[in-house]
Amino acid sequence: MTGPTMRPWLQRLTLTRSGTPQPSPVAFELDGHAVEGREGDTVLSAVLALGVALRHTEYRGQPRAGFCFMGACQDCWMQTIDGKRLRACSTPLQAGMRLVTQVSMTGIPKDPA
Amino acid sequence: MTPRVVIIGAGPAGIRAAERLVRAGLRPVVMDEASQCGGQIYRQPPEPLRRPAQALYGFEAARATSVHQTFGALRPHIDYRPLSSLWHVEGRTLHVLQTQEDGQALNESMTFDALILATGATERVLPCPGWTLPGVFTLGAAQISLKAQAALLGPRIVFAGTGPLLYLVAWQYAKQGARVMAVLDESPATTRWKILPAMMARPSVVLKAAWIVASLRLASVPVHQGVRLIRAEEDATTQSVQALTWQDGQGHTHTTACDALALGHGLRSESQAADLAGCAFEFHPVEQAWLPRTDALGRSSVAGVYLAGDGAQVRGADAAELAGALAACAALEDLSLDVATQEIASLQQALRAHDTFRVAMSQLSEPRQNWAQEAPDDLVVCRCEEVTAGALRQCAKDTGAVELNRLKAFTRIGMGRCQGRMCSPAAARLLAHAQQIPLNKVGRLRSQPPIKPVPLQALGAGRSGGSASVVPPGERDD
Repeated sequence: MTGPTMRPWLQRLTLTRSGTPQPSPVAFELDGHAVEGREGDTVLSAVLALGVALRHTEYRGQPRAGFCFMGACQDCWMQTIDGKRLRACSTPLQAGMRLVTQVSMTGIPKDPA
Repeated sequence: MTPRVVIIGAGPAGIRAAERLVRAGLRPVVMDEASQCGGQIYRQPPEPLRRPAQALYGFEAARATSVHQTFGALRPHIDYRPLSSLWHVEGRTLHVLQTQEDGQALNESMTFDALILATGATERVLPCPGWTLPGVFTLGAAQISLKAQAALLGPRIVFAGTGPLLYLVAWQYAKQGARVMAVLDESPATTRWKILPAMMARPSVVLKAAWIVASLRLASVPVHQGVRLIRAEEDATTQSVQALTWQDGQGHTHTTACDALALGHGLRSESQAADLAGCAFEFHPVEQAWLPRTDALGRSSVAGVYLAGDGAQVRGADAAELAGALAACAALEDLSLDVATQEIASLQQALRAHDTFRVAMSQLSEPRQNWAQEAPDDLVVCRCEEVTAGALRQCAKDTGAVELNRLKAFTRIGMGRCQGRMCSPAAARLLAHAQQIPLNKVGRLRSQPPIKPVPLQALGAGRSGGSASVVPPGERDD
């Protein structure tokens, strides 16, 4: 993955549940790279587990990686490759999602490197 | 004609309100933003991440289960609208954004005869420099990650701030084997002795608290009180938090390495819907916050609008259950339906202990007295609009503004997506300090619709053209 060295902020617990299968991996795309999350992840959890900032602020270009996890702070809005916006902490991760963290001033996602 | 009662929020308060209304033969609408009931405290993980109630809710497992099961039994008797976000209240009309199965948002309006607002609370955060860095989260976030996502923030995590949640979440993490580097309480050590008499209104909670603190010490987690947070330090390579610099009660400076920082100073009520509904607010010295005015049963100043749970006043989940039932009783009375005086009296009696306890929790959650004074000019106070403490102070000086909405108009503080949820406690304190006036004299941010961001397309703006297509790469100019 391009960009600064990653620092994953989220570590998933291994669930030990007798008789129930472990949650499966969920394939999605982040900045053009094929990556994986886990069944049950929100978009926020999946991106935090990869150690990548979700977005950069409009005014100062500062990286942000969510804050409140409960849909209050509005700091985790991300874009999909076709320009749709979603609030990462309240959006379940779906297989095949194509997400971008780098968005140009026109609001149109930059071509992934 | 059956009156339409709408309940906003399917947490403990909303669920008990619904239960009481159903018992009276009504069919309330219950709206909630999440896909499952429980609010935040009894938030349920998605199906693939289910765990036993004991693992999820610890001491509160029985209460959580009761609330969830009650809701399950209510389902056939209510009009349940999950994934529905109330974004405006206009008189008797509610504007709601509902997320469909395909992810599309649908805007809908409905009128109410009675409205019970059980909107809960968020973290109250007094910022420290570096709080916007990736890796810094709220205490609530750390708890939600564990509960709803079966995941720990970290790996090395520092918990800091004030209030009971600080210790509770740190302990929950330590129990899971997380690397809890420190628990840093900005409240002076003397506070817990000061509040002990009020805390004795709920002795079982005192025991739980003592157990939690003892467990942390047994696990060799460093716990400090009377702390002052100085700065979350940035790792330039990863542009994320790498340490927290802080001062202990004796004035010595420390730097604790970490990968994540969980920060919070108690809770703040979500009162935007009450504001838009026209409810009168008053300043509460204990909470140091403006809250909607209610009578003893939860009636607001607006006929037909009721308030219950942490969204009205932070008293915790158990109080929320009682307040929800009580607000429903008030609504029923006002709809000329019979409610036994004894029932109302018992609920009020049960709430008394929680009211006393609330005072203790508020004191424990108080931010540092000198927070405003100590905040450096380059501290980013408004996360959304990136407004610094220095900019606020300069504006106060240049314009003589003594009221929060005026400060907002000049600096954009509170104008961003979060509409002041994260910054207004800080902004209010900075303005009060800058103008040397009491906190209750700077006013409060007026709520504006939408309560949360709403896509214009859902409001019909894009209807004629359909969704805009992305500009093809060859035609872009960026």
